[in-house]
Amino acid sequence: MSDQSPYNPRDWETQAKFIDAGYKSTGLRGPKKPMIPISQSLSELTGPVFGHDSTDPIDADLTRNGARNGEPLGERIVVTGRVLDENGRPQPNMLVEVWQTNAAGRYIHAADQHDAPLDPNFFGGGRCVTDAEGNYRFKTLKPAAYPWGNHPNAWRPAHIHYSLFGPSLATRLVTQMYFPGDPLLALDPIFNTAPPGARERLIADFSIDVTEEGYALGYVFDLVLRGRRQTPMED
Amino acid sequence: MTLKQTASQTVGPFFAYGLTPQQYGYQMTSIADGDLLSPEVAGERIRIEGRVFDGAGAPMNDAMLEIWQADAQGRYAHPADTRGSNTGFKGFGRTGTGTDPEQRFIFETIKPGSIADGQAPHINVVVFARGLVNHVYTRIYFSDEAAANAADAVFNSVPEERRQTLLATRTDAPGGPVYRFDIHMQGESETVFFDV
Repeated sequence: MSDQSPYNPRDWETQAKFIDAGYKSTGLRGPKKPMIPISQSLSELTGPVFGHDSTDPIDADLTRNGARNGEPLGERIVVTGRVLDENGRPQPNMLVEVWQTNAAGRYIHAADQHDAPLDPNFFGGGRCVTDAEGNYRFKTLKPAAYPWGNHPNAWRPAHIHYSLFGPSLATRLVTQMYFPGDPLLALDPIFNTAPPGARERLIADFSIDVTEEGYALGYVFDLVLRGRRQTPMED
Repeated sequence: MTLKQTASQTVGPFFAYGLTPQQYGYQMTSIADGDLLSPEVAGERIRIEGRVFDGAGAPMNDAMLEIWQADAQGRYAHPADTRGSNTGFKGFGRTGTGTDPEQRFIFETIKPGSIADGQAPHINVVVFARGLVNHVYTRIYFSDEAAANAADAVFNSVPEERRQTLLATRTDAPGGPVYRFDIHMQGESETVFFDV
């Protein structure tokens, strides 16, 4: 019999408010009516399964997966970490999808109008599946800041987008990872939609241990998904 | 609990090449798209289409939808559903609203069966978008399942005047049944979102 105990609710002291005056697009897009509680059934306790056959090793190397006629330009980095749940349990065999700008702050996305150069050898999307201990690892280039239209002279800090399913529909997570020491963080409405305390956990740690000598700086970013409710022991 | 949840952040406007690359013409394979069908999948073929509207009533051309559903016998392709599921049917679809001239999302799938006694057939929907800081969950129920819907505990937990927002309305077109399901992020007819 598989574990059918429900997942903890989303922690609304950690998760953002749907309407956020600083991030203007939330004004017409965040729901305003209260959400309807639902008791988790198979519909929420199950979710799509993507195993190791869903990715190719090169998908995790963004310095190579978009190369056409050479190496992409920019500062190479390694980003690694663990996917855990709230109970501290590693989440093995879980798909991790990422996307980011190139080293000049330009997305390959056709709708990105920022006047910074595209890199013919950099795509910016990747994915991998966590190992038995919940570890993931990407090689990529450090993304860069870019302007956006939220307010005058608005700049997004460098970031990497993450998408994870975890073991069920209830554990779905889409988020963004930031870099330590970035002066734009304090000014960024999107980073700051996360409440104080939670937003700091969106910043990766620089790690000299992950740094590869002569090759790339290393960053560590762990992600924590909702965990199963743990029933207190009864007397 | 020993650790705090990682905070959700918006998917942003530029997810397409990362999450739905083939649909948008980028050179990377997609893990899933709007077509959940393969020849061996059993069940009634249906199309689900609709739009996502913002609080000003404008259709959103940069939303992403995911659906998760059971097979025609009501079984999920996941280890927690110990009944097993149909060969070839994974039950997951993902599509963006940015490639259709009318900003529609379109899923080609099968009508799911009832998952358990007392549950009406339904499809789970997850919505992501620029300006949406947390993804939202809703469900598609079917307009031609009135009796089953009337007995469904989740459907009935919704205030009566808002239940209509969960109903996909069926049209029998020459190409097969089409269910229309629009999502309203705000306003008088704001879609019911569940606190999953």
